[in-house]
Amino acid sequence: MSEIPGDLKFLKSHEWARAEDDGLVRVGISDHAQDQLGDLVYVELPEVGSAVKAGVGAAVVESVKAASDIYSPVSGEVVEVNELLNDKPEIINEDAFGEGWIFLVRPSDRAELDELLDANDYEELVENEDH
Amino acid sequence: MTEKTVLNATHRALGARMVDFGGWDMPISYGSQIEEHHAVRRDAGMFDVSHMTVIDLHGARTREFLRHLLANSIDKLKVVGKALYSCMLNEQGGVIDDLIVYYLGEEYFRLVVNAGTRAKDLAWIEQQAAAFDVQVKERPEFAMIAVQGPNARAKVLGLLHEVDRPRIEKLGKFAAAAAQGPHGIPLFVARTGYTGEDGFEIIVPAEHAVALWEALAAAGVAPAGLGARDTLRLEAGMNLYGQDMDESVLPWEANLGWTIALDEGREFIGRSALERQKAAGVPRVMVGLVLDEKGVLRHGQKVLTANGAGEILSGSFAPTLNKAVAFARIPAGEPGDVRVDIRGREVPVRLVKYPFVRDGKPCAGI
Repeated sequence: MSEIPGDLKFLKSHEWARAEDDGLVRVGISDHAQDQLGDLVYVELPEVGSAVKAGVGAAVVESVKAASDIYSPVSGEVVEVNELLNDKPEIINEDAFGEGWIFLVRPSDRAELDELLDANDYEELVENEDH
Repeated sequence: MTEKTVLNATHRALGARMVDFGGWDMPISYGSQIEEHHAVRRDAGMFDVSHMTVIDLHGARTREFLRHLLANSIDKLKVVGKALYSCMLNEQGGVIDDLIVYYLGEEYFRLVVNAGTRAKDLAWIEQQAAAFDVQVKERPEFAMIAVQGPNARAKVLGLLHEVDRPRIEKLGKFAAAAAQGPHGIPLFVARTGYTGEDGFEIIVPAEHAVALWEALAAAGVAPAGLGARDTLRLEAGMNLYGQDMDESVLPWEANLGWTIALDEGREFIGRSALERQKAAGVPRVMVGLVLDEKGVLRHGQKVLTANGAGEILSGSFAPTLNKAVAFARIPAGEPGDVRVDIRGREVPVRLVKYPFVRDGKPCAGI
């Protein structure tokens, strides 16, 4: 499984958030999450311009096995979605922390980022889950 | 307490993701479930199905007993080695389990039943067998490996003792025979399966199962998990007990009418309930659904029709078709435009005749 990038913050429910240089927050799911879900076959993306709320479902990913809600790590407005996932949801399986990002948020309260787990805490959470 | 098959350590060494399945710790996939699915459709894959229960029946009145126990007619089995798919019903006509029965001798038949229903099946069979003086013997000392796919038979044949090859090569569909495997391992080879592909299901003494698995792997047979097994059987239009039918469902409502033999004068368990429902009219039917839009049909989703609501039984993304398909049980009658409620959204679906896939290819109209 790929290394967890140190600049990411996490929800316990395995979504990651990356604060970009332009102030926007990019959101995806962790490599551990994609591995647990198995082959992804469909991603229901949020609409650009829609409002998302921290800890509330904003997207859905479906693997062969199951559907999973994707919670937004921060509140704000969706400014872009990863359209590539419409035709190739498996990008998330291949590169969960990079090309497999899901949506981009203009956060309304950047302080919410501080409430997320950092990479070390998240790694620990995943390790404990595996035992 | 979770049970383990004799191949458990082999699965773990291959890096399988393990899940609880009917009380058994089983591999759901070894990597990509979709790749495993394709391996079976295009070449050859193998499944550990040792969790399934093998039950041998002995006694002079065994055939007579099976006429009473099974909804299909055991008298369709006229040649030793032939197999039959049947439901076992309760008095109300509900399905206790579905199974395969093998005719191994005039006083000797073998049943293979589901893992999740093992305890209730054994109790029911023993209770019914007493009056016929039939001995019911579970065979936990066996493991079972299903080898499936267009190249499955050839790969298995290559491992058999030379003298057995021509005979096993000629084995007809739904027939079984004994043969010697690698290192002289005694095998029971049946040309049956649960994927819609040709292949064998092989019963092997547990102590030889790992050696057989490894010989198959060396012959180029890909390990496949229960995840792929589920999408393969759904595409092939085969029911899963507990999901597509159970004791609350009569076979008419589960598209299992083809397995019901209402032969004259045979009083099998559940027959009168079946006849009553057939005469009164079957209230619900099982249909195939295809979703042409993006999205996935799932068990439990509500199906909306002109005659009221039904629900999805088995539903999944179908890797061979690259879209979602499902079985649904809906009210009988002309259904009109059918829609499925996916997370509050009504999505149109197409009603189709299934199987969805046969011999590796999408069926016409799917």
